[in-house]
Amino acid sequence: MTATTPTTPTTGLDAHLVVDRGGFNLDLCLAAAPGDVVALLGPNGAGKTTALRALAGLTPLSAGHLCLDGAELDGTPPEARPVGVVFQDYLLFPHLTALDNVAFGPRCHGMPKAAARAHAADWLNRMGLADHAGAKPRRLSGGQAQRVALARALATHPRLLLLDEPLAALDARTRLDVRAELRRHLAAFEAVAVLVTHDPLDAMVLADRLVVVEGGRVVQEGTPADIARHPRTDYIASLVGLNLYQGRADGHAVRLDAGPHITTTEDLTGPVFVAFPPSAVTLHRDRPDSSARNAWQGEITGLESHGDQIRVDLTGELPLTADLTTAAVAELGLHTGASVWATVKAAQTHAYPA
Amino acid sequence: MKPVTAEVVESRPRSRARGRGRGRGRAPLPLLLPALLGLAFLLVPLVALLVRAPWRSLPQQLTSTEVWQALRLSLVCATAATAVSLVLGVPLAWLLARTSFPGRRMVRALVTLPLVLPPVVGGVALLLALGRNGVVGRWLDSAFGITLPFTTAGVVVAEAFVAMPFLVISVEGTLRAADARYEEAAATLGASRFTAFRRVTLPLIAPGVAAGAVLAWARALGEFGATITFAGNFPGRTQTMPLSVYLALQSDPAAAIALSLVLLAVSIAVLAGLRDRWMAAP
Repeated sequence: MTATTPTTPTTGLDAHLVVDRGGFNLDLCLAAAPGDVVALLGPNGAGKTTALRALAGLTPLSAGHLCLDGAELDGTPPEARPVGVVFQDYLLFPHLTALDNVAFGPRCHGMPKAAARAHAADWLNRMGLADHAGAKPRRLSGGQAQRVALARALATHPRLLLLDEPLAALDARTRLDVRAELRRHLAAFEAVAVLVTHDPLDAMVLADRLVVVEGGRVVQEGTPADIARHPRTDYIASLVGLNLYQGRADGHAVRLDAGPHITTTEDLTGPVFVAFPPSAVTLHRDRPDSSARNAWQGEITGLESHGDQIRVDLTGELPLTADLTTAAVAELGLHTGASVWATVKAAQTHAYPA
Repeated sequence: MKPVTAEVVESRPRSRARGRGRGRGRAPLPLLLPALLGLAFLLVPLVALLVRAPWRSLPQQLTSTEVWQALRLSLVCATAATAVSLVLGVPLAWLLARTSFPGRRMVRALVTLPLVLPPVVGGVALLLALGRNGVVGRWLDSAFGITLPFTTAGVVVAEAFVAMPFLVISVEGTLRAADARYEEAAATLGASRFTAFRRVTLPLIAPGVAAGAVLAWARALGEFGATITFAGNFPGRTQTMPLSVYLALQSDPAAAIALSLVLLAVSIAVLAGLRDRWMAAP
């Protein structure tokens, strides 16, 4: 990568977004190269949408900077930014046809009417929507509206494409198709794409890199696989379905902040995370024999059907979640309030530095 | 929209119903009696107008030159006043709904003042502002030779002064109800605020603007006090229908009734045009 100044890359996105809004404070750094698809993943209220609005110029920055392809955009009004946005509920102009919705951007950028409409027709064609060019938004299905919104955002050739919960407004079946299709379009997009979602599956399918945001801060970033294997917060762990604990390692033994010790196969020292999947947990009515080193007593607080498994929530020495077969639950006679022992084999735990 | 509202209105008493139900029970006399009296009070004058109308001589009355003159002048002035209200009032409504500036609430209150101000007072105020010796009128007269009082343009000014607040309030309400995020979407597509207003907001609020315009037009058509005070009562120049009715009542009551019928017909047409918007409200 060549750079005119040591700190500012000439291509891609380099942003430090600070938004102070009475009680809520967003402060996150975001960098991406052209062709990258970055997902901002986080629970509701984490500040993802605020970050997106700040990138689009719809919410002013309180501090920080926003650099796109070497140009400072902070202070530039939204209409002058080379940014395209796909809004959560698409916000297609209801009084315009699909074609005129897509032609709106090029028209605003000074393209003559006929050329803009030809350009828009081309985009709709690419999205497989040539037949719906004359339809008003209310006559489009959710999936079609999503593609029109994407075409509309792309028709101005943005250098930064922003997508706010792009699949949230769709029903489960359409979602599957649209997700695959959106992935194709994003993969083909040559500039930076940033999408916001609270759905880990959407994030992992669509993005090359995840930025997990909680409480207005980046808590973890990396590739989807990396984040799924090494979650660093309870939120991420529960998203990817892992039991996660923090503690201090001394060799194979980790003293957890929650109290008990856990034995792992990794040999580490210092602060660590320990994670294990719910399926690695075995439950017993009586105290297991001494060969199991990771054994804790607890009480069942909840039983819930989870696919063909039953998910069991435990409190006690070590709060955890276990997945059991229906047969095992019946055999053990488990019920809410029952006292049980939980064991986990060291080989099925995974420790990594915090 | 209308059938939905009707359903809601109907189903509400039913869902609350206990025994005979609130919607269907007999109304208590202390409420029923004044209610019926009130209804009669509102309807009887209109019926009287129809009963006493000189139906036989009506065609002749309505084709007289004076009636046509007054009707034509009324329609032209009311339409011009509505046009003025649209050109000035829609941007004013946008300013009130979409921007924040110090004293915005105060400005909004001042805009609505002509709604409650006695029209005659409005006429006096207009004279003091735009009269030949008025605060602005003196300057208009000396710099441009423009005189507004007692001219047809003066009628338009008086009517616009009284009618514009109706339009501003109506359009402001529609703007507030409209989703401002469409304007944000337009901005991200490269539209300036004015382009977004022209190509997105205005088409979206068009029904509200139309309703406001009809309301303003009806108000302008019936305007009496401000008009007679500011523009006078010159047949063919400033004598609009309401003025003509008032004057005719003293010399030729049959003509006054005929003119009133025309205005009644116009009012009913306006109400019919707006029924979806206002009559549907429960």
